[in-house]
Amino acid sequence: MIQKNSPGLNNEKKLLEIDKLTVSFETDEGVFKAVDDVSFHVKNNEIVGLIGESGCGKSVTALSILRLIPSPAGRIEKGRIILGGKDLLKLDIREMKQIRGNAVSMIFQEPAAALSPLHKIGRQMIEGLMLHKNISKKTAWNIAENWLKKVSIPDAGERMYSYPYQLSGGMQQRVMIAMALMPAPDLVIADEPTTALDVTTQAQIFELIKELRQSHTSILLITHDMGIIWEMCGRVIVMYASRIAEEGNINDIFFKPVHPYTRGLLKSVPKLSTEAGRLMPIPGFVPSPFNYPSGCYFRDRCPQAFDRCKKEKPQLVDLGNGHKAACFLV
Amino acid sequence: MNKQLIKQPILEIRNLKTWFPIKRGIMARTAGYVKAVDGISMHLYKGETLGLVGESGCGKTTLGRTLLRLEKPQKGKILFLGKNLLDLKRKKLQEMRKRIQMIFQDPLTSLNPRMNVLDIVTEGLVEYKIIKKNKEDHAKRLMKEVGLDENSIYRYPHEFSGGQRQRISIARSISLKPDLLICDEPVSALDVSVQAQIINLLLDLRDSYNLSYIFISHDISIVSNIANRIAVMYLGKIVEQGPASDVINNPMHPYTKALINAVPTPGIYKKKKIVLKGETPSPSSPPPGCHFHTRCSEVMDICRKTAPQESKSGMRQVWCHLYKGIG
Ligand SMILES: Nc1ncnc2c1ncn2[C@@H]1O[C@H](COP(=O)(O)OP(=O)(O)OP(=O)(O)O)[C@@H](O)[C@H]1O
Ligand SMILES: Nc1ncnc2c1ncn2[C@@H]1O[C@H](COP(=O)(O)OP(=O)(O)OP(=O)(O)O)[C@@H](O)[C@H]1O
Ligand code: SF4
Ligand code: SF4
Ligand SMILES: [Mg+2]
Ligand SMILES: [Mg+2]
Repeated sequence: MIQKNSPGLNNEKKLLEIDKLTVSFETDEGVFKAVDDVSFHVKNNEIVGLIGESGCGKSVTALSILRLIPSPAGRIEKGRIILGGKDLLKLDIREMKQIRGNAVSMIFQEPAAALSPLHKIGRQMIEGLMLHKNISKKTAWNIAENWLKKVSIPDAGERMYSYPYQLSGGMQQRVMIAMALMPAPDLVIADEPTTALDVTTQAQIFELIKELRQSHTSILLITHDMGIIWEMCGRVIVMYASRIAEEGNINDIFFKPVHPYTRGLLKSVPKLSTEAGRLMPIPGFVPSPFNYPSGCYFRDRCPQAFDRCKKEKPQLVDLGNGHKAACFLV
Repeated sequence: MNKQLIKQPILEIRNLKTWFPIKRGIMARTAGYVKAVDGISMHLYKGETLGLVGESGCGKTTLGRTLLRLEKPQKGKILFLGKNLLDLKRKKLQEMRKRIQMIFQDPLTSLNPRMNVLDIVTEGLVEYKIIKKNKEDHAKRLMKEVGLDENSIYRYPHEFSGGQRQRISIARSISLKPDLLICDEPVSALDVSVQAQIINLLLDLRDSYNLSYIFISHDISIVSNIANRIAVMYLGKIVEQGPASDVINNPMHPYTKALINAVPTPGIYKKKKIVLKGETPSPSSPPPGCHFHTRCSEVMDICRKTAPQESKSGMRQVWCHLYKGIG
C-alpha cells in the first residue's frame, strides 16, 4: 500500500473553524435543514476536501462561510464561523464585504452564479482588485491579464474583452478561478472548481493552487472527484444528508474508511476501464430532507444497519489521529 | 433484417466548420476567426455512443450546438437520417429538433429561472402535444428516473443544488425520448454515486430505446464506461478516433497519451506524470503544421511545417506524423 505523506501537524493554527453550523431553508413544502450541526476546521496552509452525495449540503456550508445564503428563504439557525479569530456571523454587511474576495474568496460551482453575462471578462476581473487592493485600473488590468495566462487561457489580451458567453464552459470556470486566486486570500473555497476541465488543464490548475498554498493560502476543496481529493488533500470531510459522516486524513479515508457511506462512495468511483459497463452505485437515493429516516439518516441504504440505527442518531466519535465517524459500528 | 439498413448511420458530419468572428475597433470589423470547429467529419450509428473528449476550449460544445443548429456553421454538412439539417426549412427543422436533444453543460443558464420544475421537464411533451393532461404524473415519473424527489416539482431551479439542477436538465432532455442525445458534461457536477446512477440510466435508455449518444466529457474514465467509440479533439479538429477500448489501451496520438496519463487515480500515487507544458495555442491563429506541435513531446521537424493527414488502420484513425506508415 502506498501511503501519502500527509502534511500538517496537529499543533498548526486553525484558520477557519466551523462550530455546530445549522442552516435551514423554507420552501413551499415546509422547512428543512440543509446543514445540520456541522463542525470542522481548516488549518493554515492546509487543503481540506469536502465530499458527499449531491444535495448533502456542501455548497450551503460553503455559502454560509461567506454569508451568501439566499435570504429570506435560507437562514443560519445556529453555530459559529470563526476566521482568524473573528466570528463571521457577527460581522455587519460592510465588514463582511471586506472579507469577501479579499480574505476569503470563492470559486462557485456554476460560473453563471459568479460571472455577469452583461459585462466583459476584463472589467469583471479588475473590479474586485481595485476595490480591495487600491491600485490603478491599468495595474489591475495587467494583473488580471496575467492571471488569465496563468490559467492557460489562450489569447489572454483579446479575451479580456470577451463576454462570458463567448468563452467555453471550462474557460469561464478558469476565469472564476483566476478571480478567486488573484487577491491571494487566506482562504479559497473552491466548489467543484474543475468540473468542466479536462485532466491536462486540471493538472495545470492544481499546480497553480499548490503553488498558492506555498504562499500561505488554505483551501476548502469541494469536489466529487476522488482522484482530485487524493492528489490534493491532506484531510477529508465526508458529508451525508446534511451531517458529517466521517472525517480523517487522506490515508484513513481511502484505506481505512469506517462509515458504510464512505465505503460505498469509494466503491462507486469510475475506473479507467477498457470495457463499457454498469457502475456500482450505492443502492437507493439520498432521502428527501423532508423524509429523513429516524435515527441514522443513512439507515435505509446501509447494508449494515441494525436495530439501534433506527432509534438514535449517531454522533461523531473520535477514533484518534483526527479520524472521526458518526456510526454505531465504531 | 437488411444489414445495410442497420448500418446506416443516424448521423453523419462532413467537413463541418463553425467559426466565430473576432470583432475589433469601433467599426467592429472582423479581425479574424476563432476556429472552434474546424473541419470535423464523423458518423454515428443507431444505438451507438460516441465519446468526445478533448481540452477545455477545443470546440466540443460548439460542435454539439452546431448539430442543434444553435450555431451557424461556416461550411459542411450534417446528415441526420440521410437529410442535411442545414438545408431544412423551419417546419421540418422543428420536427427534427424533437429527435435531437442536448443536455447542456451549464444547467443554471439553460434552465429558465421563472419556470418551476414541473413546467421545465414537461415543456417538450406539451409543446409537441405528446401529453394533454396528467402533467404532474409525467413530471413525477421523470423526476424519479433521475433520482430526484418527486414532490419537489413545484420548486424553481435556484432552489436546488448544482447536481440536482443537472439532473433536472437531464430529465427534460430525455422526456421526448429523442433518437440522438447530445450530452455535454452531463455528470460532471455529480458525485460518483449519483454519477453512476445517471450513467446506468443512460445505458438503460440506450438499451430499451436504441438511443444514440454523443457523450462529451472531460473525464475519460467516465467516457470509457459508456462509449463504444471515442473521438479525441484538439483545437477544433479530431486528432484520433477508434473503438473505446483500443483508444484507452493503446492511445496513439501524443495528446491522447497525455490525456490518459493525467487521469488521477485514487489510491495510486503517480510519480511520472505528463503535464502538458506550454501555452494552449490560440484557436484564431493556430500553430502551423500540426496544431499540437508546440506542446508535443515527440515533435519532429515535419510537424512544424506540414499538417498531418489521416492514417487509418481498421477502425482506428489518427492524425499524426508518427503514424504515416499505417494507412
Ligand atoms: N435556495 C434554496 N432554496 C431551497 N432549498 C435549497 C436552496 N439551495 C439549496 N437547497 C437545498 O439544500 C440542500 C443542500 O444543497 P447544496 O447546494 O448544499 O448541496 P451540495 O452538497 O452542494 O450538492 P451538489 O453536489 O449537487 O452541488 C439540497 O437539498 C438543496 O435542494
Ligand atoms: N458565442 C461565441 N462567440 C465567440 N467565441 C465563442 C463562442 N462560443 C464559443 N467560442 C469559442 O470557441 C472555442 C470553443 O469553445 P467550446 O465551448 O466549443 O469549447 P469546449 O470544447 O466545449 O470547452 P469546455 O470543455 O471548456 O467546455 C473557444 O475558444 C470559445 O472561446
Ligand atoms: S449508524 Fe447504523 S445505519 Fe448508520 S451508517 Fe452506521 S450501521 Fe449504518
Ligand atoms: S504530428 Fe508531430 S507534433 Fe503532431 S502530434 Fe504527431 S508527433 Fe506530435
Ligand atoms: Mg453544490
Ligand atoms: Mg463545453
